[in-house]
Amino acid sequence: MIRILLSIALIGAALGAATVGILGFQGSQMRKPPFELFPDMDRQAKLRPQEPNHFFANGVSSQLAPAGTVARSQPLQTLNGEVYTFEDSPVNTGCVVGTTNFVETNPLPVNEALLARGRDRFDIYCAPCHGRLGDGNGITKKIGVMAAVANLHDKRIVELTDGEIFNTITHGKSTMGAVGPLLPTPDRWAVVAYLRALQLSWLGAKEDLTTAQQATLK
Amino acid sequence: MIFPKWTNSLPLVLGAVAALAGAGVAAGVTMYLTPKYTRAGYTPVQPVPFSHNIHAGQLGLDCRFCHNGVERSWFANLPGASTCMNCHSVVLKDDPRLAIVRESAANNTPVPWVQVHKVPDYVYFNHSVHVDRGISCVKCHGRVDQMDEVRHDKSLSMSFCLDCHRDPAANIRPTDKVTKLDWQWSTNAAEADRLQDSEGKKLVEHMKVESLTSCSACHR
Ligand code: HEC
Ligand code: HEC
Ligand code: HEC
Ligand code: HEC
Ligand code: HEC
Ligand code: HEC
Repeated sequence: MIRILLSIALIGAALGAATVGILGFQGSQMRKPPFELFPDMDRQAKLRPQEPNHFFANGVSSQLAPAGTVARSQPLQTLNGEVYTFEDSPVNTGCVVGTTNFVETNPLPVNEALLARGRDRFDIYCAPCHGRLGDGNGITKKIGVMAAVANLHDKRIVELTDGEIFNTITHGKSTMGAVGPLLPTPDRWAVVAYLRALQLSWLGAKEDLTTAQQATLK
Repeated sequence: MIFPKWTNSLPLVLGAVAALAGAGVAAGVTMYLTPKYTRAGYTPVQPVPFSHNIHAGQLGLDCRFCHNGVERSWFANLPGASTCMNCHSVVLKDDPRLAIVRESAANNTPVPWVQVHKVPDYVYFNHSVHVDRGISCVKCHGRVDQMDEVRHDKSLSMSFCLDCHRDPAANIRPTDKVTKLDWQWSTNAAEADRLQDSEGKKLVEHMKVESLTSCSACHR
């Protein structure tokens, strides 16, 4: 009797072990795509971003917009009133209207919110190369893979116009690639504003502080 | 004697077999017929051996450096080859592993990355809603910053989504810590739980986060 029960238990255990041996545990690595019982419900005939699509000749579902397309958008609030993304205006181009001369100053109202946004974006998109302080000591320089990253506190760069820095972010410059595609226009101006604050903090002297503030310095 | 003697033990044996079989089937179903098994662990071989462990972990790049649409769109975009080339035009300039990326940047052809996470098309999902409400990537994707190859870490089943939607306060964090996957309220586990409880409630109130459990939130 006990022998029979024991052998049943043994057979059960062996079956269990075999199943686990073949099917593995939850979460174990698998290379094949997950099985879908009713794929017609799960995967409908519709466009999904960044998926192959054989309808178009180049096989891409995220088609680039034809040249000259204007995205529907809200106007930007600049110091000179509302500006739409397609207008020839300093906020979009970084240049004085009708010329290729860079604008001197930020066309967006510089306030605390803009600086805070700029700091947030700078730490994400610039700090890997330029360092959080902007001194050119980002991680790529520290591990020695990128030698010549600009120190943003160089006198030459401090003296650049806001428009030129905006242009460098948008289109890149020599070995620096364009960061423009990653950052919407207002964010780029926010970064410029924050970079100015960073530079000011390096140029600052003790005398710029109030006496009360000087007393707290160590 | 019509039945031989061994048949006396038959009910017991049959009972034991039935119990064992029942337990086996139940265990098998809970273990193997759920998304925790059918999906979690999926690790496709990618065309370029890109490592989040190196880029997000060791180099400390923010997720948004590459997935820059995640705060604005339902879709967390994969980076274009030009984003990679910002560094790889200098770093590993001629490495054969990056040949596809270089070609993509030069000719504007897509890199054939294999998608890992994909909810069924009858489910509506949105990244920006979650990321802007202080729900971290780690809750749904695991420690991506430690993975050499991205694997499907969580089940992403309906019950997984609902567990959090019923109680967002237990999962929320300050919005600026969303991409810091190793961030905790405190290094002390008990203290972290306490803060999650008290601060989580405050964040939920402050950001007016709702508990969305109606079917139409996700099936629309
Ligand atoms: C992939 C690394 C990388 C990133 C990311 C990066 N830079 Fe640069 N940057 C460089 C390098 C390298 C140079 C030096 C270019 C040269 O002169 O050869 C440079 C130069 C500059 C200059 C000086 C341009 C000049 O006129 O000489 C400015 C200003 C600048 N970067 C701003 C930024 C800002 C703002 C960001 C963030 C939005 C940023 N960079 C992101 C690598 C980077
Ligand atoms: C240097 C660029 C880069 C950074 C930084 C980065 N990723 Fe990625 N990520 C990629 C690329 C490229 C892929 C596609 C290849 C792959 O799946 O490995 C990807 C894929 C993914 C996927 C899988 C997508 C799918 O197909 O389902 C997830 C999830 C992900 N990343 C999350 C993160 C998180 C979270 C972070 C921040 C800790 C992060 N990534 C940082 C470039 C990056
Ligand atoms: C901030 C700069 C930066 C960006 C952006 C970047 N990488 Fe890298 N990548 C590096 C560095 C640094 C290394 C390490 C180089 C080394 O090991 O010498 C590396 C290494 C690699 C390697 C080799 C991995 C290994 O196992 O050694 C691959 C493949 C790679 N990157 C692919 C990519 C792809 C694809 C992208 C775009 C999604 C990308 N990288 C974006 C800096 C970057
Ligand atoms: C609430 C859960 C959740 C959070 C939080 C989350 N994701 Fe996702 N992620 C998903 C789901 C679900 C998918 C599959 C979406 C689909 O079917 O396209 C996905 C897909 C992705 C993809 C593949 C592209 C896509 O959109 O399909 C990437 C890349 C990604 N996530 C990155 C991130 C990053 C980076 C973060 C943090 C900033 C993040 N995710 C936060 C649930 C989440
Ligand atoms: C870790 C917590 C968490 C997880 C996991 C999670 N969510 Fe959410 N979800 C939230 C929070 C918080 C909100 C914001 C609620 C609000 O709008 O106040 C939200 C909002 C949403 C919305 C927006 C609804 C609307 O009307 O705008 C959708 C859709 C959604 N979630 C779908 C999903 C799906 C699908 C999954 C599973 C793949 C999922 N969520 C997993 C926390 C989570
Ligand atoms: C938080 C988002 C969310 C809400 C709310 C939600 N669902 Fe779902 N539902 C999902 C996801 C995600 C899946 C896909 C699960 C999977 O692929 O494993 C799903 C799948 C399903 C399925 C298909 C199940 C299967 O295995 O094929 C049904 C039926 C369903 N949901 C019904 C409902 C009903 C009824 C409600 C309201 C009571 C509801 N759902 C509310 C996210 C949600």
